[in-house]
Amino acid sequence: MTQNGILQIAVYFLIILAIAKPMGVFMANLFEGRKTLLHPALRPLEKFIYRLIGIDETTEQRWTQYTAALLAFSIFSFLFVYLLQRLQGILPLNPQGFGAGQVTPDLAFNTAVSFVTNTNWQSYSGESTLSYLVQMAALTVQNFASAAAGIAVAIALTRGFARQQVNSLGNFWVDLTRGIVYILLPISLVAALILCSQGVIQNFHAYTVAKTVEGAKQVIAQGPVASQEAIKMLGTNGGGFFGANSAHPFENPTPLINLFQMFLIFVIPAGLTYTFGVMVGDRRQGWTLFSACAAMFLIGAFACYWAEQKGNPTLAKLGVETNATSTQMGGNMEGKETRFGIAASALFATVTTDASCGAVNGMHDSYTPLGGLVPLFNIQTGEVIFGGVGAGLYGILLYAIVAVFIAGLMVGRTPEYVGKKIEQKEVKMAMIALVATAFSILVFAAISSIIPFASPTKDAKGQPVAHSYWNPPGPATANLNNSGAHGFSELLYAYTSGTGNNGSAFQGINTNTPWYNLTMGLAMLIGRFLFLIPLLAAAGALANKRKVAETLGTLPTHGPLFVSLLVGTVILVGALTFFPALALGPIVEHYLMQDGKLFSLLLFPIWS
Amino acid sequence: MATTLEPPPSKTPPSTPDNLTSLLPGRLARARPLFDPEIVRRATKDSFLKLNPITLLKNPVMFVVEVGAALVTLFLLRDVFAGIAGKQGFEFQIAVWLWFTVLFANFAEAMAEARGKAQADTLRKTKTDSIANRILNNGKIEAVPASKLRCGDLVVAKAGELIPGDGEVIEGIATVDESVITGESAPVIRESGGDRSAVTGGTKVLSDQITIRITSNPGETFLDRMIALVEGAERQKTPNEIALNILIAGLTLIFLLAVATLHPFAIYSVSSAGAGTVPTIAVLVSLLVCLIPTTIGGLLSAIGIAGMDRVMQHNVLAMSGKAVEASGDVNTLLLDKTGTVTLGNRQAVEFIAFPGVTDEELADAAQLSSLADETPEGRSIVVLAKEKYGLRGREVSEHEASFIPFSAYSRMSGVDIDGRVLRKGASSAIEKFVIEFGGTIPSTFRQISDRISRNGGTPLAVADRGRALGIIHLKDIVKGGMKERIAQLRAMGIRSVMITGDNPLTAAAIASEAGVDDFLAQATPADKLEYIRREQREGRLVAMTGDGTNDAPALAQADVGLAMNTGTMAAKEAGNMVDLDSNPTKLIEVVAIGKQLLITRGALTTFSIANDVAKYFAIIPAMFMASYPALARFNIMGLHTPQSAVLAAVIFNALIIIALVPLALRGVKYRPVGAAALLRRNVFIYGIGGIIVPFPGIWLIDQLLVLLHLA
Repeated sequence: MTQNGILQIAVYFLIILAIAKPMGVFMANLFEGRKTLLHPALRPLEKFIYRLIGIDETTEQRWTQYTAALLAFSIFSFLFVYLLQRLQGILPLNPQGFGAGQVTPDLAFNTAVSFVTNTNWQSYSGESTLSYLVQMAALTVQNFASAAAGIAVAIALTRGFARQQVNSLGNFWVDLTRGIVYILLPISLVAALILCSQGVIQNFHAYTVAKTVEGAKQVIAQGPVASQEAIKMLGTNGGGFFGANSAHPFENPTPLINLFQMFLIFVIPAGLTYTFGVMVGDRRQGWTLFSACAAMFLIGAFACYWAEQKGNPTLAKLGVETNATSTQMGGNMEGKETRFGIAASALFATVTTDASCGAVNGMHDSYTPLGGLVPLFNIQTGEVIFGGVGAGLYGILLYAIVAVFIAGLMVGRTPEYVGKKIEQKEVKMAMIALVATAFSILVFAAISSIIPFASPTKDAKGQPVAHSYWNPPGPATANLNNSGAHGFSELLYAYTSGTGNNGSAFQGINTNTPWYNLTMGLAMLIGRFLFLIPLLAAAGALANKRKVAETLGTLPTHGPLFVSLLVGTVILVGALTFFPALALGPIVEHYLMQDGKLFSLLLFPIWS
Repeated sequence: MATTLEPPPSKTPPSTPDNLTSLLPGRLARARPLFDPEIVRRATKDSFLKLNPITLLKNPVMFVVEVGAALVTLFLLRDVFAGIAGKQGFEFQIAVWLWFTVLFANFAEAMAEARGKAQADTLRKTKTDSIANRILNNGKIEAVPASKLRCGDLVVAKAGELIPGDGEVIEGIATVDESVITGESAPVIRESGGDRSAVTGGTKVLSDQITIRITSNPGETFLDRMIALVEGAERQKTPNEIALNILIAGLTLIFLLAVATLHPFAIYSVSSAGAGTVPTIAVLVSLLVCLIPTTIGGLLSAIGIAGMDRVMQHNVLAMSGKAVEASGDVNTLLLDKTGTVTLGNRQAVEFIAFPGVTDEELADAAQLSSLADETPEGRSIVVLAKEKYGLRGREVSEHEASFIPFSAYSRMSGVDIDGRVLRKGASSAIEKFVIEFGGTIPSTFRQISDRISRNGGTPLAVADRGRALGIIHLKDIVKGGMKERIAQLRAMGIRSVMITGDNPLTAAAIASEAGVDDFLAQATPADKLEYIRREQREGRLVAMTGDGTNDAPALAQADVGLAMNTGTMAAKEAGNMVDLDSNPTKLIEVVAIGKQLLITRGALTTFSIANDVAKYFAIIPAMFMASYPALARFNIMGLHTPQSAVLAAVIFNALIIIALVPLALRGVKYRPVGAAALLRRNVFIYGIGGIIVPFPGIWLIDQLLVLLHLA
């Protein structure tokens, strides 16, 4: 690790540390109905929206109504995105003339689910599949909506802890509107301008055809990138305008913008930890959540950076300089952009998987086994390290419930967290959420690792004559670019990313087949809704309870001891659930790499 | 609650030693060694009976282990009959240890239950069917078997007879031997009216004769309930136990997923690596059993039963496990002043004469007026007069004396002797008395009595007709060690509140002497109830003790209500625990037991989960070393062979259950310190310890297995 690299990670962390409190206070004020700095300008818009959709902002909903509203909104969004994709051929803003042929029903299903669940898993490549209208009206709109829905759920759960002896958790429509109007829109607007100023493009041009120095023809994709880029990061969506995502120079042109994009990923999740503290009336609780996240973030960032900087010993044996020198950065540069280097790439990979963002500025597939293990494990813990907007907070609160339940008993009281007793209902709901995530990742990966679709048959001339509808390349493992442990990591990563609503890809796997589109879609739905509905149910039960007075005998849920307990719980639950799978993927791959055995690329085209 | 100030309330302080921790050797409290041979024999038998999958179904973790054990056994049989050579030795050992795992868990539960059952048997033996003398409507008495008695029947019991059923004394007074219930051999007095009217079936009348109205039907008597409770027949899972069960069932499900999906993962890896074999069912089941929280799953119900049992060893009968659990959560403890915070009786410590009266004169009058006063306070006046002024108790029969007993109406007592009319009593009552006789109240009267009150004493004024003589200073004596106990409670985060009928001044002084956090003075039953409700509204759990009928509403309202066995039936029914020793201070022990119960659960859960780390290190390399030799580096314990590694992990997993049975039955040691310190300590021991311990444990078993050529 170089001094410069360490400094980059440290500077980034300090910026997040500094923004958490102001952002947190702002959001707490907003969701508790107090006036904020932005009210004079945006209140009329907010009121206009309520009038438009016929909502009385003072009506509150029980948890069932809140959930029903959320589900209704998600279903409507899904249908809208699905239809817009299928109909893009007859709709405007389509200079490249993409039609329904580019988006098959299974791909449209996968993409619609992906954007509604805030996953932004992309089985397609934007520049070769979707019209500008779909990118803007369907996908970018969902980037706002799904992010705001996540924030709403986090706020509802926070209210469950903060309120007492009430049935209501707030109003979903109001929380959704406020999230969009006061948080996502203004910040995105400013962020998009900043992005433009540094060279991110924003236009409606048809693609440019250029002649390269060698005289070859190159098509350069264009589009309204900056506007999508801002919310892609801010809403921890991660769906790139281009297939190359934030590795593309039009999406992420400079190291400064790279830093700014990472800042956008964490700004809301970090702030929400503080919002929690403010809303439950004990800011220490907020700082505790922040500290737990910060500790896990720093461990992950430095572990990933260390692994990447250390590089591949096989290359070192071949006489390649893998140590950093004054002229080159050494380490493992495969799949990384030279303008970012190792530290900024490792940091980006950590941040994007800590949060459920999934934007990438390098290929995670090309990371060293341990470097790739960090993003994979980050997602498997449920993306609670600051996490997705809203999703991170409700995720870490789930772990807090589990940690408090076990540790709380050890102080000789039935467990309580921020004054609320943790009882059967909360434990049951937390376990449902945990089991659902584990189920989705493990079972889909397990089926895919053995499911025997027919291999394509070829006639005497080598022309394919028949192939399986569900998975044309043959068995599900045929879609992997690599064999052995590395191939397994690719497979595991895909379902992990989908279930975790992350959306980043290990890249070395072709998932645009009906089998993967469908199972990935299901994984995303399970990861989103079977995770948040139980937590909303728990929120309903919590809001009903009376607050328990805090005494010397109460388990202190702040301070270093509880931070370590929380971190320990997150890591232990994740490790115990996924260790066998990880052992067969990145862990064994790491040892094999030490022995000089690497996994060769099976020559399959990435996007067939 | 007596709300009058003096003379001392009629309530007799419970006859308990002042040493707060010593317990009476009651029947319930009769200590058995943890591994009493009889209990172990019984438990061993029961642990086989508990293999029945239907009964095991209520314990999801152990049920999974049993299914796994059955599965491995089936595969073993298949291999034996198919004549597949080589593997049976390993499979056989795995199967045996998996069955042992289930048996060990059953044994833990059976051990906990057997202790209760043994006690219930002892109680049952005392429950002989006696003959009752039932009073018929025409006043005649007929002899019927006690089992024929119904609620509302009237019976007569004479000296030497057994009281045929639970009831209330409606006529007479008698001494009763209640040692069957309490283990206390000293007889107690039972009389009609008041708070000492309740009698229990099976106890023995020692003197006199009483008429009793039966208040329970056969099969529903206190003794029956006691037997049922001790035996744990009606035991229901407590809320926290259910929640913990959900947690470990959820974890079991997660590990089931992890292990079940490992099979396809292995198929892929083996085919992709082109080496090794897919793990067998025996190995996969072993991994599963090692991962699921068998330690806590096997010991959970034993911990709960043992918690109840520990309460009983303190001679407290808890009506439900829920009450024991709730006592760990208590935030506020309501302690009656008299008998709990202070010794039951006040003692005279000083005579303060008014101007113009000599101390001797006052002492003489005080002594005379107290000669017939048999209360401890009265006797302490006689003693003080003797010790301080050399006044001997006189034989009053030579004089023409008539003693006036205390009445709640006059709030005075005294003697009319040789033409003198001596009275002692509450300040206000004596003031009225003096004025009635045309006397004047000395200017220092109020001043002195207020000063005594402020210092926590009780002023007892003495007068002779219209002449006020002076004031006797009666002092409450705070029990030895009380202050330390209260400080411990505070460290545990429990606020102690003293309840007293005294005036606020007196109450404040005693409160500060005992170090309690708050007090409720001049408390009526309604005040007490309101205080409890207010605490509960503010999110606190309240525990209290009580014995009188008018305590019943508050006992019912409190989260933990400990009724005294000497108290009325109404009180006993309102509370959710009954202290057979009638020692109100025991509430503090009960709270500690409740905490200990919860800590034991939490500690063993943490330990159970933490253990998994080492098991992964043992089994995963063993499973895949053939496919990926590089994974051998993961075998950090250096276990000999894949078979020995898996076997060692399974054996360790089974043995740890049996090794922790004593801890589950005795409970984790509880220290009355703050939550933060407790957490740090327990996380260190059971969390960090739980991660470390299995490493040497599994390594050692592996060494032994190789040494004995078992793997």
